[in-house]
Amino acid sequence: MSLLELDDVKVHFPVKKGLFFDRTVGHVYAVDGVSLSIEAGQTYGLVGESGCGKTTLGRAVLRLNDITDGGVVFDGTDLAKLPSEEMRAFRRRLQMVFQDPLGSLNPRQNIESILSEGMAAHGIGKDQTERREKIKDILAKVGLPSNALSRYPHEFSGGQRQRIGIARALVLEPDVIICDEPVSALDVSVQAQVINLLEELQESLGLTYLVIAHDLAVVRHISDVIGVMYLGGLVEEAPSDALYAKPRHPYTKALMSAVPVPDPEVEDRRERILLHGDLPSPANPPAGCRFHTRCPWVQETKCATERPPLLDTGDGHKVACHFTAEIEAGTVKQTLATGIEAVTGTETVAAEAVEVSEGETETEVPAADAPEKAPVTVPAQADADAKEKAAAAEETGAKASDATDVEKETADATDEASGATEKAEGSPKA
Amino acid sequence: MTILTNKADKIDRLAELTQSSEAVTGTSLWREAFRRMRSSKMAIIGAVIIGAFVLVAIIGPWVAPHGPTAQNWRSEVFPNQGKFVGMRGENWFGLDHLGRDMFSRWLVGARQTLLVGVVSMLIGLIVGALVGVLSGAAATLGGKAGQRVDTVIMRFTDIMLSLPSLLLAVSIAAVLGQSLTTVMIAVGVVQIPIFARLLRGSMLVQGGADYVLAAKAVGIRRKRIVLTQILPNSLSPVIVQATLSLATAIIEAAALSYLGLGNPDPAIPEWGVMLSQAQRFFDNEPMMAAYPAVGIIITALGFTLLGEAMREALDPKLRG
Repeated sequence: MSLLELDDVKVHFPVKKGLFFDRTVGHVYAVDGVSLSIEAGQTYGLVGESGCGKTTLGRAVLRLNDITDGGVVFDGTDLAKLPSEEMRAFRRRLQMVFQDPLGSLNPRQNIESILSEGMAAHGIGKDQTERREKIKDILAKVGLPSNALSRYPHEFSGGQRQRIGIARALVLEPDVIICDEPVSALDVSVQAQVINLLEELQESLGLTYLVIAHDLAVVRHISDVIGVMYLGGLVEEAPSDALYAKPRHPYTKALMSAVPVPDPEVEDRRERILLHGDLPSPANPPAGCRFHTRCPWVQETKCATERPPLLDTGDGHKVACHFTAEIEAGTVKQTLATGIEAVTGTETVAAEAVEVSEGETETEVPAADAPEKAPVTVPAQADADAKEKAAAAEETGAKASDATDVEKETADATDEASGATEKAEGSPKA
Repeated sequence: MTILTNKADKIDRLAELTQSSEAVTGTSLWREAFRRMRSSKMAIIGAVIIGAFVLVAIIGPWVAPHGPTAQNWRSEVFPNQGKFVGMRGENWFGLDHLGRDMFSRWLVGARQTLLVGVVSMLIGLIVGALVGVLSGAAATLGGKAGQRVDTVIMRFTDIMLSLPSLLLAVSIAAVLGQSLTTVMIAVGVVQIPIFARLLRGSMLVQGGADYVLAAKAVGIRRKRIVLTQILPNSLSPVIVQATLSLATAIIEAAALSYLGLGNPDPAIPEWGVMLSQAQRFFDNEPMMAAYPAVGIIITALGFTLLGEAMREALDPKLRG
């Protein structure tokens, strides 16, 4: 039995219209059937682009949003159907850390008042002095000076404010903390501090986390299990390392391929999947597989008509796709016609070499899509002798495209291509 | 070397600062707003004017050189022949049409004017704030039933707001009969929907804030969330409005008195009454109208200046 289990949770917000009598004209399907389970002491990471419903899901667990349907079973109790006063008592064991550290602290209350209010509401500590001792204890744990007590939120830095937010959750001695984008509003240097703090606290207090984030590096660092959300539903769930090593759902593949690799050679060879279009409106989600409108591997059968369930493909790696095995085996090819662009490093070299030969020296460098530095330097150096350069570039362009034709995606091809790149850099000088 | 010593100095000073901060008490937003208001010229001018007005209102009746109703110089004034007495040593502001000392009347009238302004503003503020809190709390935390309550209250205030304020005040005064209390109630009632709507709107904005959600997540009871979280953060526009509406209350009370709906005893001076009495003789003696008029204008200006300065000081976006 897991500590926290979500069973087909749905959160639909009614869209209302009308002057006097509100008519419901539709629903926004913010969360549409999510099931997951979190073991005690574990960290579950929830990722997805903005608007996919991950924050709504996090709030639904605490019943800060109404749950339309489904169950949130915490330690054997279904929270979704609890009357509000009983739910209030349960909130002591389920806490939340918010995204905006300043916005989530009442600007008119000092820190002591902010922290002790929750304790008073749950009857923790006999009187104010006992509570103050406890608060000082927690402040030390989260790395804040004890003189913070009488100060106000606006007198702290961003990182300190988030520590206050964490302290507010901790004073109630919760079992589960839901961290909604806990570091996305902080400076990168402070992000690491807060993440480490969260990890330390988990170790010393045995906390269970549900971390909601869009920063893949943060999620990978902190999570044991990661769930990927797309348009209100989970598309993939796997142990952290397995997911990063081998993403299986097309959406996860695209998401992962957007993360740059700090090794230039790997980065050069890396295949990037660019998704076209925007996230469809959750008020009118596509039928069938939610992702089929943007999927590079979309097939004519099933995808548009049948919603794929989240199925275990082995080792706890769950994927919601009809064609997981086929994509992996390579029997299902990317269907380019739907507007997918697979950019490989070698292709970029070839394309740009050709651009140079056309005499466009200074303009055409698609910055974001070009991992190589070489073609960038070519036009810069080449101003002097346009004729010679054009000839040389034509040659290298031909070579590069040869290389890509033969073995596009193997390491050898990349080596050859980067050889060609070197030539392209060298030849105008000669 | 000097650089080094400077550095050492700086470090020492930093250490001192951090040590002395052991005893710091935080500055709350109210205190900070007050600090900012002290450095605002607008606030200082407004406060000085209001201070002077309140002082006059309090001590006026005692320092008045003559009785405000005593017609001591009846024989010197002939309004029918256009013969008036202007400024002179004995009567600083001259005499009115019945031979009463204008300066004494002006001093005593200040108290009546302040009383009418403050009481009617308080009526509007208290009733309006209660309605606003009820409506705002129902809308933010009351669920579906609460939203219905809120809708009913707000439609009602909309109806009140849609009537021209002076017209509403005149009708109330006409129904209740002629008295000073009537003026206060009439002017106060006009202010109710303004305060109610303002506080409700402010509470709705604050009710959607993250810290309210956080308080809910922590498990604080709804009533307490309204009282300790939403309400304190929603008050600043209401306080500003209260200051500003003192100005309008004084003007409206004067207008009602001018229209003859004020105090039935015209002997008791009030700036609005004085203004309406002076009207008949405006061609011959414009100064008779000028004193109460200038008093009303300057007082209203003082409250407006202070209110605007408060608005700026309490604006979180300008927080330095």
